[in-house]
Amino acid sequence: MSSSDSTPNPPDRRPLIVFAWLWVGVPLGYGLYELVRKATQLFTG
Amino acid sequence: MSPPVAPPGWSRWLVPPAALSVHLSIGQAYAWSVFKPPLESALGLSGTQSALPFQLGIVMLGLSAAFGGTLVERNGPRWAMTVALICFSSGFLLASLGAATEQYWLIVFGYGFVGGIGLGIGYISPVSTLIKWFPDRPGMATGIAIMGFGGGALIASPWSAQMLESFGSDSSGIALAFLVHGLSYAVFMLLGVLLVRVPRSEKPVESGPSVLEGPQVSARNAIRTPQFWCLWVILCMNVSAGIGILEKAAPMITDFFANSSTPVTVTAAAGFVALLSAANMAGRIIWSSTSDLIGRKNIYRVYLGVGALMYLMIAQFGDSSKPLFIVCALVILSFYGGGFATIPAYLKDLFGTYQVGAIHGRLLTAWSTAGVLGPLIVNWIADRQEEAGKDGADLYGMSFFIMIGLLVVGFVANELVRPVNPRFHIPAPKEAADVVQRQHSEPA
Repeated sequence: MSSSDSTPNPPDRRPLIVFAWLWVGVPLGYGLYELVRKATQLFTG
Repeated sequence: MSPPVAPPGWSRWLVPPAALSVHLSIGQAYAWSVFKPPLESALGLSGTQSALPFQLGIVMLGLSAAFGGTLVERNGPRWAMTVALICFSSGFLLASLGAATEQYWLIVFGYGFVGGIGLGIGYISPVSTLIKWFPDRPGMATGIAIMGFGGGALIASPWSAQMLESFGSDSSGIALAFLVHGLSYAVFMLLGVLLVRVPRSEKPVESGPSVLEGPQVSARNAIRTPQFWCLWVILCMNVSAGIGILEKAAPMITDFFANSSTPVTVTAAAGFVALLSAANMAGRIIWSSTSDLIGRKNIYRVYLGVGALMYLMIAQFGDSSKPLFIVCALVILSFYGGGFATIPAYLKDLFGTYQVGAIHGRLLTAWSTAGVLGPLIVNWIADRQEEAGKDGADLYGMSFFIMIGLLVVGFVANELVRPVNPRFHIPAPKEAADVVQRQHSEPA
């Protein structure tokens, strides 16, 4: 039995990565949406 | 407090959102202006008085980053993020109490002094850790975090405005808004505190370089090197030049095209300011990531050299073409953001990762200086030109040429940057052991 077989597999971090990026991405997306709305006034205002 | 070491299998892609949760929060500082009119009417303040919490906050940002950097290096990113969370949130809570009791000094002390410490410690908290996790792409990693500082105002500005609309703009409405801000930011920043980890090994990426590769210089030694002061001048000049546009963006575009067939309306000018914020934010991630490919010295040649050319274009032809004016201003602002975001990676190249966070903290005094210098130049000159009877684009001509001069000074400082003299390096572990052994074997 190799040593790698006896090492427990580290937990899958992907759900945590997705959650963490959504945590910061959603508010940032809201900020960007508001920014784009305001910036378009340069061409329409 | 020992830094939190990553368990086996911890992904380095969990560290940027941890950093972003802090930077997106503290970036709220740039949206302080939302609170100014309600505070002025509710507490009978002047414009200068209502700006005090923000100004004190920025001063405290510079001071706490400069003097707290070594503590951040010693105690690690989780300690730093915890301090940032406590200070930034309790700053809002104190401000809430101040608004509820109509004690303005408490708002200044809470938001400006206590919250300002949170700004400085929070700003530098993830820098060193990100560079250690991403030794192969330090520019991109710090660019993501520092982009967050720009993004923080984009979120807070409409969010705070909506809150004041719902709660009312009297002192109790403002107090409630501050309270909600303090509690919300505490929860939001908690993600960073819980997720941040330092890498287990010096080589977090198998195929990448070691974090201890290259020279390592302590913060105490770094400020004794000409390289540190060259970077200080570069940052100060680049930021001053960017602020030159940012400070007067809305009146500037209106004045430039006041006599044209298509004058710029107030609404369109507000759109222009928003577009500049987008360029500032995009520049932080795009140019900083580009510096990983073309090198730090080259990217600063672009920021400072091309930036000066953009100012020259605006000064010479800006009033004849609106698209040209807008494009040049956007490029300048993207370089402004890029300059902020790339500096930690430049520091890492010159001084190593050993105390890069503390060195970065000390360098941020250049930002505080530029924050005073840039607006002072632009406003003072615009006032003098107005007094001299000039109008339109002529109001800004001399400011632009001064900005070009500042950028040229920065360009020269960048050209003077050389590798740090080895006498400033800390000894590598093996070298240090050899030195000790030699000292012991030498006859007394």
